Amino acid sequence: MPRRDDIESILVIGSGPIVIGQACEFDYSGTQGCKALRAEGYRVVLVNSNPATIMTDPEFAHATYIEPLTPESIAAIVEKERPDALLPTLGGQTALNATVALAEAGVLDRFGVRLIGAGIDAIRRAEDRRQFAATMRGAGLALPASGFAHSLDEATAVAREIGFPVIVRPSFVLGGGGSGLAATEDELKAVAGRGLAESPISEILVEQSVAGWKEFELEVMRDGADNAVVICSIENVDPMGVHTGDSITVAPQQTLTDREYQRMRDAALACIRAVGVDTGGSNIQFAVNPRDGRQVVIEMNPRVSRSSALASKATGFPIAKIAALLAVGYRLDEIRNDITGETLAAFEPTLDYVVVKIPRFAFEKFPQADPRLTTVMKSVGEVMAVGRTFTEALGKAVRSLERPDLEAPAGDPALDALGTATERRVLDVEALLGAGNSVDEVAAASAIDPWFVDQIALVADTAEALRGKDLGDLTAEDLLEAKRRGLSDVRIARLTGSNADRVRARRAELGVEAVFKTVDTCAGEFEARTPYYYSTYEEESEVRPAARPRIVILGAGPNRIGQGIEFDYACVHAAFALRDAGYETVMVNCNPETVSTDYDTSDRLYFEPLAAEDVLAVCRAERPEGVIVQLGGQTPLKLAHTLEGEGFAVLGTSPASIDLAEDRGKFATLLRSLGIPAPPHGEAASVDEARRIADEIGYPVLVRPSYVLGGRAMEIVYGPDELEGFVRTAAAAGPDHPVLIDRFLEGAIEIDVDAVSDGRETFVGAVMEHIEEAGVHSGDSTCVIPPPTLSEDDMDRAEEIARALAAALGVRGLLNVQMAVKDERVWVLEANPRSSRTVPFVSKVTGVPLAKVAALVMAGRTLAELRAGGLVPPREVYRTLAHTAVKAAVLPFGRFPGQDTVLGPEMKSTGEVMGIDERLGPAMAKALTAVGAGLPSGGTAFVSVANRDKRAIVFPAKRLAELGFTVLATRGTAAVLARAGVRVTPVRKRSEGGRDIVDLIRAGRVDIVINTPFGRGPRTDGSEIRTAAAAAGIPCVTTLPGALAALQGIEAIRDGLPAPRPLQEYQAPPPPPEQLRLMEPEPEPARAAGEAR
Amino acid sequence: MPAMTRGPEALLVLEDGTALRGRSFGAPGEAFGEAVFNTGMSGYQEVLTDPSYAGQVVTMTAPHQGNYGVNREDPESPRIQVSGFAVREASHRASSWRADRTLPEELADAGVVAIEGIDTRRLTLRLRTAGAMRCAISTDDLDPRSLAERTRTHPGMEGADLARHVSTKEPYEAAALVGPATPDRRPILRVAAYDFGIKRNILRRLAAHGIEATVYPAQTPAAEVLAGDYDGVFLSNGPGDPAATTYGIESAGALLGKVPVFGICLGHQLMARALGLSTYKLKFGHRGANQPVLNTDTGRVEITSHNHGFAVDPSASTSARPAHVESGFGPVTLTHWNLNDETLEGLRCNDIPAFSVQYHPEAAPGPHDASYLFDRFRALMEAHA
Ligand SMILES: Nc1ncnc2c1ncn2[C@@H]1O[C@H](COP(=O)(O)OP(=O)(O)O)[C@@H](O)[C@H]1O
Ligand SMILES: Nc1ncnc2c1ncn2[C@@H]1O[C@H](COP(=O)(O)OP(=O)(O)O)[C@@H](O)[C@H]1O
Ligand SMILES: [Mg+2]
Ligand SMILES: [Mg+2]
Repeated sequence: MPRRDDIESILVIGSGPIVIGQACEFDYSGTQGCKALRAEGYRVVLVNSNPATIMTDPEFAHATYIEPLTPESIAAIVEKERPDALLPTLGGQTALNATVALAEAGVLDRFGVRLIGAGIDAIRRAEDRRQFAATMRGAGLALPASGFAHSLDEATAVAREIGFPVIVRPSFVLGGGGSGLAATEDELKAVAGRGLAESPISEILVEQSVAGWKEFELEVMRDGADNAVVICSIENVDPMGVHTGDSITVAPQQTLTDREYQRMRDAALACIRAVGVDTGGSNIQFAVNPRDGRQVVIEMNPRVSRSSALASKATGFPIAKIAALLAVGYRLDEIRNDITGETLAAFEPTLDYVVVKIPRFAFEKFPQADPRLTTVMKSVGEVMAVGRTFTEALGKAVRSLERPDLEAPAGDPALDALGTATERRVLDVEALLGAGNSVDEVAAASAIDPWFVDQIALVADTAEALRGKDLGDLTAEDLLEAKRRGLSDVRIARLTGSNADRVRARRAELGVEAVFKTVDTCAGEFEARTPYYYSTYEEESEVRPAARPRIVILGAGPNRIGQGIEFDYACVHAAFALRDAGYETVMVNCNPETVSTDYDTSDRLYFEPLAAEDVLAVCRAERPEGVIVQLGGQTPLKLAHTLEGEGFAVLGTSPASIDLAEDRGKFATLLRSLGIPAPPHGEAASVDEARRIADEIGYPVLVRPSYVLGGRAMEIVYGPDELEGFVRTAAAAGPDHPVLIDRFLEGAIEIDVDAVSDGRETFVGAVMEHIEEAGVHSGDSTCVIPPPTLSEDDMDRAEEIARALAAALGVRGLLNVQMAVKDERVWVLEANPRSSRTVPFVSKVTGVPLAKVAALVMAGRTLAELRAGGLVPPREVYRTLAHTAVKAAVLPFGRFPGQDTVLGPEMKSTGEVMGIDERLGPAMAKALTAVGAGLPSGGTAFVSVANRDKRAIVFPAKRLAELGFTVLATRGTAAVLARAGVRVTPVRKRSEGGRDIVDLIRAGRVDIVINTPFGRGPRTDGSEIRTAAAAAGIPCVTTLPGALAALQGIEAIRDGLPAPRPLQEYQAPPPPPEQLRLMEPEPEPARAAGEAR
Repeated sequence: MPAMTRGPEALLVLEDGTALRGRSFGAPGEAFGEAVFNTGMSGYQEVLTDPSYAGQVVTMTAPHQGNYGVNREDPESPRIQVSGFAVREASHRASSWRADRTLPEELADAGVVAIEGIDTRRLTLRLRTAGAMRCAISTDDLDPRSLAERTRTHPGMEGADLARHVSTKEPYEAAALVGPATPDRRPILRVAAYDFGIKRNILRRLAAHGIEATVYPAQTPAAEVLAGDYDGVFLSNGPGDPAATTYGIESAGALLGKVPVFGICLGHQLMARALGLSTYKLKFGHRGANQPVLNTDTGRVEITSHNHGFAVDPSASTSARPAHVESGFGPVTLTHWNLNDETLEGLRCNDIPAFSVQYHPEAAPGPHDASYLFDRFRALMEAHA
């Protein structure tokens, strides 16, 4: 079956902001899908609210809508664009749910939009746990015993029949939201209550618990001719009971015999056929009883998924791209395998290596959250590593995490404790084995398959054999064994009382060096065309000589709070720009969710940890002109000195300049010499010193430890007692770890500036104004381009400061400066000589591709040249835009019940969305809708603010009342409002007893909460209110400026939002690619780059 | 260093001098044979016991082998058939509720020489680029040069007649091995199965389709089988060069047209030769569980299990995928094609009841996509009853 000609335009729905359970894997999938559909000549209409995605770059679709992913908003786009078809399977659970809603609302029928890939019935059969169970039973497949419930009583009845323990799983929810194990009726009440609340249809599945069974996933693809193949098998090291997203997983599966594996494969194919996914990929999860091999189906996702992204990276088989092609009519045997170029997509990849994925958590950001791993997904990112053996891959994955505290076993864990999964569990397994417990004991205590435990025992034995030895006494064979068992140089150094540099040198001396092998989909049976490599300790290397000069781009590693998809975005842009400019681009990264680790994003891909030993090995193999360290966030920046020390050129801003900006002391001196104001600050190594410095500086102060290890990092402190508490507990200050103290600029407007400099001149991408005051981390605040309230003078001054800093720091490439405006002055909070979280936002809004510009500048181009080529506009454009864009942050509080939802200087958000319109009000309303905190157009508003905000709240509260809202307020706030003539109903605080505001929120009687914090700690009234609001899914505004912005949004909604417009209309068209290609690299870019420094 | 991962030193060499050093994890001694690689990710026990691997040193491209140990149900024949086994890493612990013992124990007891810790990908790439080669593994002679020299004195696979060595010496009833044919499929059909190195799962699949098989030695004359008045004859898989397996070709020729015939792998090659087609040696063969085969009857793609170093030549036809060829028994439809390299994978006689495939519908190891071929065999016999 060839390409379908009965459709011309296709709507693709993205997955929205990065949230726990849905991360940038859907940017990767969506980008592949859009690219494939475009290349086939279809008109692609894309909607996604997330501006930090590659897929929302205007060149990936014909019409790109950065709009909320609500049914209403997508319906407006459908009405305008009239697509022939909708491909719902690339945007995760979000896109599926939106599709179901659109179908149910009759939108698809009304506009004649056909679903391709998966039809509505198939989606329902897979997503509705009731239909799924029936479908599986119909296909002869076993599931755990289960029943459905719509109330607590029903749930109890079902559980009694099945027998405890049971697991509760809501339908149509993502990342295990609302699920949980219950061993008793009491536990069931709590878990079922949560599940019912989370399910959009108030239905839960109560199922026999098979916790402790082995968990597997198969990635299956099917085409329109009913050809079906398994792309990859994945085995979870953590058994059932830990969400697969939070489990350490391995591909291919390691512990099933062929007989059992084929039975699972048969079941997977029967499943995809029974569910009726017409074309595309599906993920099917199984549990296997380790005692007798009984297999049950757990669930299926009729779409690309996090696991399919992992499977694509693990095998080299681009599932999303193929899914898109299958959706438009192709068959598997009509599509080429890009990796080999000679074979077809109709086959099953086979691996001659082992892939290990480890999730990355952020519990340090949520100290009140439960750190146990359960059926509710909690991780914020993941790493993948490839090795020839499990131990090698495990070791590489561990060092990819960039968690020094999780690099080696520590402490003295108890055997019993292994029954509870935590992020440390594999290390505890190793520690217990090292301490003499047997593999069987450890396997029994953890329910981890003995094979994995045995593998970890090999690591423990290898480490023990090195402990206390002298590095100089180790033979080549010893070191080879250690490297093959995945021990990092850092760990070998620690075991032998040496340091990593010396270990590396010793290895080089003995010839124990990594070689590179190819991920080729076929275990060597066919020649691979695509240079997709991983390092391993073997004999033969497969790195091919290159024809053109190479530039290495270091990626950002795992997604975490503070460093996410935005940095990958910049790396990908650099790869595109430098490839167009004639270089061979070499990407190094270990995050399987990203576009950067797609094999065709760069010319060569190295799936490697971003640790010194691994990056240096890549550089030695590639001999690049230079290495780009400033686009992947803080991760590669840390490697700048090591690279330079080993003789590799760091492109762009020099390591010395990076140091100057990162070292607070040196940076403060620089600011002083430039006459730029900065908040006074000091460093304290003791409580007394801290008090003295704070007195000198004046309260409030912002305190943070200079060295953070899994604790809370930054706090605003209003008095000496609080200060003492912080220094004593959180920071554990000492001479080695001083506490940093800054004067806190209260009530200041925070601004962010992104700029790019070529060493001669500096182009300012944008000055952004934050809605929240300084004190709310820039990553969590709502931010607007063009600045809505800053004066021209403020903007001039901000630009001037950015230029002065770029010049003084010798920036070549990107510079991000955070500033605050207070008392008619612009202060500098910090400067980062690298890409920033806001680069994609600025690029989307202004149409100037900052990261591409920066990459070309690093390769030796000047801004003047790029301006002549049309890539950079003649002058700054952000102030004079005809539109306004709002970036809002998405917070994961829903995942961490009990965690206070108040914003502070410590970043907590996982992702971001953008609202764009001609006016601020609608842009704000859209941004907040996209965040999931859709503003109400009427109803009940609850207002309770800190004393300092009482006067300022009067105007917004009054306006709400005028708009017809019922205004509720706690006593103090109510009194002030009543005095000002606002119609207000007082309500009780929780601490006052009786039916209180928390009850009202829980009962769904409140539509918006405005609550600015006073007092700290988890048990305060404010905290309970905010937590209840988060649980109820209603907007909760915690700052005054936020309240004003929300008000504008509410007014815009009441006026009716304007019709959506695609980004292509907002942006000036990007320069055609020909223009980029004209700029050939200079004859000797190596020397040029060297001289530039 | 952990003692358990460290057997005595061992050496693997190819006839071209390529040498890989590792550790022994099987019996001490030396093994010679044709080096081949298998790309399946599971199923080492089935591979090791598949008689088609007789005379071969097998390397698995998947690095971890032995993870789930060995058990009593999965062998494809009563013993290990490979001459040597080469892996990246052998598991010294068996993790499965079905496991009886570990793979290293099994190999050592069976007297099979095995090497671990070698760069099996390097070995595989060498075989892919240079083609199948003779090979040796030794724990005695650790000098690459002398071992390679001795390797070159051993015979290669071309012209090798191995089937009669691995075949049963006496006829027997399959039911004794795999239980009676299922009564769910009626009537029970009776088949004579030529054992050129038959895999046990073929007998299981036949039984599961209501087919009762009597297994005959490879050199049984056709007349003897015809005298048994069977509903059909099955020609099994097996090792060696089909051209050298002349008795099999003769039997096939004598049976064709007289009784429904189904051939798998070597059985397919022998039947093809009896039809007048020729066979040839592939550069490095197909061994694995992921080979896409197009069925031209249905237009569907099957993912199939393969183990063959020779293939049937679809004649001098110049077109890429000829639909038919002529034979001494009338026209032959070419029904199956390998999508990776366009080699012929299956055929069906138009005028007489006979068909065959190059790959393994019985799987074990591998996917079950082609299991329908046993139904087809049944249907063919029913139609000619
Ligand atoms: N019956 C069960 N018994 C024990 N654990 C289960 C059961 N069903 C699911 N789980 C666990 O819960 C996790 C999440 O369940 P799943 O249905 O896959 O949710 P999601 O849709 O979020 O992927 C699974 O990965 C598994 O570890
Ligand atoms: N002196 C200060 N006064 C007021 N707010 C500050 C001050 N310093 C930092 N902040 C706030 O804390 C946030 C985080 O501080 P920053 O130094 O940017 O840390 P990070 O390295 O995490 O970005 C800023 O975005 C800002 O809102
Ligand atoms: Mg799941
Ligand atoms: Mg900052």
